[in-house]
Amino acid sequence: MTTDNAPGTYDLEAGRERTQPVALTVNGVEHRLDIPGRRLLSDALRHDLGLTGTHVGCEHGVCGACTVLLDGQPVRSCLIFAATVQGREITTVEGIGDDPEHPSPVQQAFIDSHALQCGFCTPGFITTIEAFLAENPDPSREEAREAISGNLCRCTGYQNIVTAVCRAAELKRAAGRATAGCAGCPGSGTAAGEEQP
Amino acid sequence: MKPAPLTCHSPTTLDEAVRLLHDLGPEAKVIAGGQSLVPVLNMRLATPAHLVDITGLPGLDEIRVSAEAVEVGALVTHRRLEQDDAAHAALPLLRQALVNVAHPAIRNRGTTVGSLAHADPNGEMPMILALTGGSVTAASVRGERTITASELFVGPMETVLEPDEILVSARFGRFAEGTRTAFTELTRRSGDYALAGAALALQVSDGQLRTARMGFVSVTELPDALDLTELVAGRPASTSADIAEAVVERVTEHIAPESDIHATADYRRHLTGVLARRLLTELTADIPARGAA
Ligand SMILES: Cc1cc2nc3c(=O)[nH]c(=O)nc-3n(C[C@H](O)[C@H](O)[C@H](O)COP(=O)(O)OP(=O)(O)OC[C@H]3O[C@@H](n4cnc5c(N)ncnc54)[C@H](O)[C@@H]3O)c2cc1C
Ligand code: FES
Ligand code: FES
Repeated sequence: MTTDNAPGTYDLEAGRERTQPVALTVNGVEHRLDIPGRRLLSDALRHDLGLTGTHVGCEHGVCGACTVLLDGQPVRSCLIFAATVQGREITTVEGIGDDPEHPSPVQQAFIDSHALQCGFCTPGFITTIEAFLAENPDPSREEAREAISGNLCRCTGYQNIVTAVCRAAELKRAAGRATAGCAGCPGSGTAAGEEQP
Repeated sequence: MKPAPLTCHSPTTLDEAVRLLHDLGPEAKVIAGGQSLVPVLNMRLATPAHLVDITGLPGLDEIRVSAEAVEVGALVTHRRLEQDDAAHAALPLLRQALVNVAHPAIRNRGTTVGSLAHADPNGEMPMILALTGGSVTAASVRGERTITASELFVGPMETVLEPDEILVSARFGRFAEGTRTAFTELTRRSGDYALAGAALALQVSDGQLRTARMGFVSVTELPDALDLTELVAGRPASTSADIAEAVVERVTEHIAPESDIHATADYRRHLTGVLARRLLTELTADIPARGAA
């Protein structure tokens, strides 16, 4: 879809910035937004959709706090314009687990391992680790350390986060075994019968 | 920070994309994965009024392996190229270098061709294009043209591309039979840009070294390749320790590192010599002497 080639990005008559229609599929739900072309995916998620689980630290791709999954793969939402990912499947930390009573295996592992302090970096770790474990369900500690090397945490010193990766792998494997007929499939940590959002 | 106001265009054909770029003029910029461009926009180091998003264009996401080259479409991400087994079998240097490009989350979105257009001498892939004697193909309203690596790069982050041209693919040349390759770099933190990096393509036959080419990361003004063939040709692999002296000397003459907050020029020059020596040792360690198995 091409918007008009009007020279200005401001609508002088309306006295505001021009917007463009953008359709985003987030956590399985399609949203139709009317937003400026410069809207970053991180800001579209937080401001326009109210999904404030995605955190914004550096806005230049270094810290990893804004990591979401794009078609299942971790990406920096601060380095993507919302208008450029229409029709793609976006998963935020809310899509991985949004119920304090029923945390996802990775979230439970963070609780079990004391892998967060202030929690600012945590959503980026959860999304990164979710995708990593789908590719490597039984990582060594060294592989776990490598997997989180693109995410910064100013509080924990990382040791407990590495432990949480291994713990999450354990929980996911256990959940996989418990969910009859579904062992080994990605997302098998979801409790049996629970509906995906 | 947030980017300045802009309009994001999402053409669905290459014709439409090159027409848009042509009509919008120098106020428009191509955006592929955005992994180099969006940081620049977020910091407002550039404020284009229009972005032409090429990620929706059909037919640009293929990896083709032929006898001579690995051809990579403009929308192939670093990560996809890294994980492609056919590309790896044909040209192992691609994966050897790609795993050093940023973190997986950046490689999942950033394109290899985009990093060539970005032409950062601190990037791994522009050097790999030069080292493999590769080329790129650019499209515009005027048609297509092929540009070799040696013509493409004209300055740090500067290419001969016109503002209305879109790179549609890159061709990384395959090496002659008997060529071994290795890549190594030093970074302060995992995934960072290299303080210094180097790759070596060494052709060996019959226990003897034949040709050698080396490329560098973060220590040259342009991504280029240094031919070391005259230093190695005809020498048995067992003499690689002597050859290393000459290679290190030639390499440190060739490079032109700069000082910044991460490292001084002298330190980078020293590191590059160490890396060159390591590459040579690594690639000659297990070469049987002539006549042996
Ligand atoms: C935290 C971080 C760390 C990084 N570390 C490294 C690293 O260690 N090594 C490294 O090499 N890179 C690194 N990068 C950069 C990364 O490799 C980029 O993906 C890549 O340089 C650009 O590809 P892109 O598709 O994202 O291009 P974009 O960001 O979309 O574009 C980059 C430039 O190229 C132009 N362009 C892109 N595609 C085309 C095309 N097809 N035709 C014409 N022009 C085009 C754009 O107009 C723009 O000027 C890092 C990035 C980040 C954010
Ligand atoms: S906010 Fe996106 S990587 Fe830091
Ligand atoms: S828990 Fe505070 S930054 Fe990681």
